[in-house]
Amino acid sequence: MRVSPKLGFGLGVYLGLVLLAFGAHWIAPHDPLEQDLLNTFAPPAWRDGGTSTFWLGTDSLGRDILSRLIHGSRVAVTVALIAATCAGILGTVLGLCAGYFGGWVDTVVSRIVDVWMAFPPVLLSIVLAAVLGAGLHTVVIAIVVIDWTRFCRVVRAEVMVQKSRDYVTSALTIGLSPWRILTGEVVPNVVPLLITLFTLEMGIAIVVEAVLSFAGLSVANDDATWGSMIQEGRQFVRQAWWLMVAPMVCIVLSVLAANALGDGLRERFDPLLRRERP
Amino acid sequence: MFFLKRLLLALPTLFGVAVVVFVLLRVVPGDPIAMMIPPGASQADVQNLRAAYGLDQPIPVQFGRWLSEVARGEFGTSISLREDVMKLVAGRLPATLELCAVAMVVAVILGIAAGVVAVRWKGRWPEWLADGLSGLGLAIPDFLWGLLGILVLGVLWPLLPVSGRIDPRIEFDPGSRFFLLAAVVSGRFDVLAELLRHMVLPALALAIPLAAALARVVKGSLAEAMTQDYVLVARAKGYSRSRVILRVALRNALIPAITLTGVQFTFLVGGTVLVETIFSFPGIGNLAIGAVLQRDLPLIQGLVLVFAVLFIAINLCVDATYVALDPRVRRP
Repeated sequence: MRVSPKLGFGLGVYLGLVLLAFGAHWIAPHDPLEQDLLNTFAPPAWRDGGTSTFWLGTDSLGRDILSRLIHGSRVAVTVALIAATCAGILGTVLGLCAGYFGGWVDTVVSRIVDVWMAFPPVLLSIVLAAVLGAGLHTVVIAIVVIDWTRFCRVVRAEVMVQKSRDYVTSALTIGLSPWRILTGEVVPNVVPLLITLFTLEMGIAIVVEAVLSFAGLSVANDDATWGSMIQEGRQFVRQAWWLMVAPMVCIVLSVLAANALGDGLRERFDPLLRRERP
Repeated sequence: MFFLKRLLLALPTLFGVAVVVFVLLRVVPGDPIAMMIPPGASQADVQNLRAAYGLDQPIPVQFGRWLSEVARGEFGTSISLREDVMKLVAGRLPATLELCAVAMVVAVILGIAAGVVAVRWKGRWPEWLADGLSGLGLAIPDFLWGLLGILVLGVLWPLLPVSGRIDPRIEFDPGSRFFLLAAVVSGRFDVLAELLRHMVLPALALAIPLAAALARVVKGSLAEAMTQDYVLVARAKGYSRSRVILRVALRNALIPAITLTGVQFTFLVGGTVLVETIFSFPGIGNLAIGAVLQRDLPLIQGLVLVFAVLFIAINLCVDATYVALDPRVRRP
């Protein structure tokens, strides 16, 4: 089975991220909270004055940046997995029902989606953040509340296509119940699409977490998150620019990987696309 | 007539936003009064403050009062800044509007240019460059572009200012909060240049994602237009490829681009919340995060409503452009 470069890059980065997140305690060279006030603003190892003790240097309190990045990936991965899963389940269930049953179910769900999408995401997240207060749960809830519509719309459209296929008619003819047709026949055919949407959503979730923790609305300040590291680094950008750049690179890399993974998977699952781009 | 109907349709949306915002903010735990009193304030002081801000009334009463005040343009007093919300927002809104307008112009120019370049030099390196840049532009969110801008053009090569709207040392009495307009009207081009210099980085940060999305759409619709008969006719008449693209095909390829600009422009306006914070740009976006962190309910409500009005206005403008461009929409 050949793996396209896109797929390879995306898979590689994501597997690496998950590994880092789960193994953070063993992989990180230092305690991410341990302060070393004699060694503040140590530059990265390859710059003048850098040491191999702190590969990416230290921050204003002498905390090891590499270790903080690794521990920050825990928050990123946790949010990405939980938020994308919840948004996916909510959107998919509603999309499946709307697409398969049609009629008033479809009308109600589609109307809700329309109204929802008319409400700009920024307003929604500001209001949610104000309502729920800062914290990881706010981040997850904000992502789920805003992004379930992505899944819902796409799944609904796909189910409507699948419903007109012969296999659904055959299943109806042999007397299967709508529930069995939906779960046993239609859902497996929507799964490839769901996987693609899910990977894209993980990238979005990582950005939203970074945005909210940058704004001080995510986890408490002591815990390392990429967004809060950027916020800290921003204050010292004139004396130690690498403080800000390291977490930015992590975010950009994760987003690019999510997009590549989504694109790669879509090409793999969809033979038509594969033929189009040899 | 068409426009009037759209305007009427926008009113329930606005009312819905108002209801949602008001209800959500009232039913949640977290007492804004608790955040403004010094520790050790007496119970009576707390009660007095609650009464002063009307927080001791039942929620429907609070909403009724609030709505009638909003209709009269009174949003109440900001709890954290102790200033009239309407005054605060009105003082800051012009900065945001100017920034968004500049950002949109930049985005449209960059986006169309990238789309045209990709089609004009199809299959060669300019196309790959345009595609690569628009891919990056879409993947990286606006606030990271802003920080990158600060790092590269503010710190490593300090060419541009990275905070504020105007250098406070400049003597300039704008007469209104629309500094750009005032500078143009009064003929102070030195001030204009200074204002624009302050806007380059925040405007670029806001513009790049929109430009990237625009580039994709322009490229797609332009490539399609290039296969149409009227383009072939123009080519057969001996027009050069560049001229056909710019004079003939582009005009027809712009309609989908305008739709997208409308949709994405709301994202751009939303992006001001973070970008203005990063650049200490004195607009309404800058107020929003502080208001949330301080749980400043009157200010949040005022800001959210102003943002909602902005979004609705943008959509109305897009609809109006449509009608102007495509007469088919006007028919029932």
